Amino acid sequence: MAAKGKVKIDRERCKGCHMCLEVCPTGSLEVDQSLNKKGYTPVRFKEEAAEGEKGCTACTQCALVCPEVAIEVYRAQ
Amino acid sequence: MSQTAYKKIFARPESLKDNPTHYCPGCGHSIAHRLVAECLDELGMRCQTIGVPPVGCAVLAYNYFNFDMVEAPHGRALAVATGIKRVRPDKLVLTYQGDGDLAAIGTAETIHAANRGEKITTIFINNAIYGMTGGQMAPTTTIGLEATTTPGGRDPDRDGRPIDISRMLAVAEGAVFIERCALTTVKGIRRAKKAIARAFQAQLDRLGFSLVELLSPCPTNWKLPPKAAWQWVNEEMVKTYPLGVIKDTTGYEDKK
Amino acid sequence: MPSEKMLMRGSHVVGEAAVRAGCRYYFGYPITPQNELPEYMSARLLDVGGAFIQAESEVAAINMVLGASAAGGRAMTSSSSPGVSLKQEGISYMAGMELPAVVANMMRGGPGLGNIAPSAADYFQATRGGGHGDYRTLVLAPAGCQELAELTFLAFDLADKYRNPVILLGDGLMGQVMEPVVFPDPIDPKDLPKKDWILDGCEGRPPRAIYSMLLGQQGELYQHNLHLQDKYDQITAQEQRWDTYKVDDAELIVVAYGTASRIAETAVDDLRAAGLAVGLFRPITLWPYPKKALRDLAKDGRKVAVFELSLGQMLEDVVLSVGGRSEIYFYGVPGGLIPTPAEAAEFLRSVLKGDGKVGRRVEL
Repeated sequence: MAAKGKVKIDRERCKGCHMCLEVCPTGSLEVDQSLNKKGYTPVRFKEEAAEGEKGCTACTQCALVCPEVAIEVYRAQ
Repeated sequence: MSQTAYKKIFARPESLKDNPTHYCPGCGHSIAHRLVAECLDELGMRCQTIGVPPVGCAVLAYNYFNFDMVEAPHGRALAVATGIKRVRPDKLVLTYQGDGDLAAIGTAETIHAANRGEKITTIFINNAIYGMTGGQMAPTTTIGLEATTTPGGRDPDRDGRPIDISRMLAVAEGAVFIERCALTTVKGIRRAKKAIARAFQAQLDRLGFSLVELLSPCPTNWKLPPKAAWQWVNEEMVKTYPLGVIKDTTGYEDKK
Repeated sequence: MPSEKMLMRGSHVVGEAAVRAGCRYYFGYPITPQNELPEYMSARLLDVGGAFIQAESEVAAINMVLGASAAGGRAMTSSSSPGVSLKQEGISYMAGMELPAVVANMMRGGPGLGNIAPSAADYFQATRGGGHGDYRTLVLAPAGCQELAELTFLAFDLADKYRNPVILLGDGLMGQVMEPVVFPDPIDPKDLPKKDWILDGCEGRPPRAIYSMLLGQQGELYQHNLHLQDKYDQITAQEQRWDTYKVDDAELIVVAYGTASRIAETAVDDLRAAGLAVGLFRPITLWPYPKKALRDLAKDGRKVAVFELSLGQMLEDVVLSVGGRSEIYFYGVPGGLIPTPAEAAEFLRSVLKGDGKVGRRVEL
């Protein structure tokens, strides 16, 4: 079953502050260890829900805290 | 299996340009920019807004905000805004200023704009340090915080105490709405947006001067990683600068 | 149509002329000897639906002018010497941002708090740019109330034409005396040419940003300074103004501006009555200085005598203009004392005689 929400992160805009990870309640985000062009380790959205998690709920908390406006949030219709 | 249709529910507001910012990772400025932009979008006021950036890290705010802006000398934003408002009284005029701009070199302009009850809104970014110039003491640097000009940490006898300009401004009858929020929790960011919206409304209703103080993290100059910097605001900075409504004579109802 | 002739005090003349020239925004701070001007504007702008603010400081006032100008209004401030010192930051910014503004300085004795008597020791401040950076402001030097009226109109026009601050340089005496004045035709601000760079909200157009900071690594600030220089070259070529009085057969040309020129003119008349061949060269624009016009007069053995209410500031521009073509002499009265025409005449006689008793010869 598809998750209620999904998130698009612009990995080149992300500056790797990782605050979105801190506030995500569903464990739907993780650090991408490969550096972006600016040398940061951006955050990426887990396309598959984590073990035992229901997946992204489109709560938008990640986007709310992102200082770079690098996150777009989508909610299932 | 059918494709699930998704609707975009969060994206960059129109009042913010698409340009990547020069702000540090974990800095509060771009969150503040986004909240201001969201409020202007929701009011439909982008094309009726004229803004004045500070001298400070946000000096290039005209590269990020998608409305008319004019530079001001350090600290003078509220005098510049006053001149703009006299010529364009029907426009929404805002200043966006840091702690040095507003409460050190610009103290007189700040107090008197508030005292005249200027129908202007000030977004006050308080990060307790001088960011742009590399971490010197700000008027709002807290006791014990080590800035580059306070070796060993700010000492009250040697360096004076942190200034609470928002509470000082509340004494002015011309100031009708002053609230302090923090940009370092989800709840704080949501509350900050409501405060900014209310401040703009007070201007549009011509009630008087409005100001929203936003406690903002400066990881680089506090020499903390973003998470620790955000925590420092939530746990330490609020002891000197408690959050909440400092003044509200608008009469607007409080929506939960 | 021009007004009827009125008897009016200099400070009021500036205010009345400004309003008639379409100025609707005045921001200022009290300082002697020009308090009558903000007082006048506080009432007069109510008549025309303008805005007046007695600002909290001179600094705030110049920045209010900056904002009003950016938003498209004809705005001015006024002050006297120490207050104009405070405005230098704002003036530099407006020059860099290419914003029009009129700044009236009714000079007083300095340096520091000085006194409240008329002096003319702000020539350097006005013409050399008292603020930082490579910029210039036009400087207009009226010599009495009628010129205060006409040059106020001109100041607003030149400020708009070149998008630059313009300094109207008067002094405490000129601000206080009452003389007959006829004002030029009034201008309705609605009839002024539309400005396509002002901030009035970005409806139907991309947003505009007005700023002077150019941090780019590709020489953006260098290019901007060259652009400003082009503008200043244009102004220098087109906007020099001066007046001459009885110079055609003069053996001695006295160079003076403002109140000093009124004193010098009387001295010239007195000496002519005694059969001495003297004349007056009176610059009206102190920047751009009418160098060539003065240089063209410095020939045929003529002497040039500079007469200032200072220790010698315009003197340097005279030296630059004249060079070695004529002997140059100087007599100055600083500190707010006003010399009499007789004192000026003594200086000029001494120069003609070459006896060195009054004033000094300027060695290059």
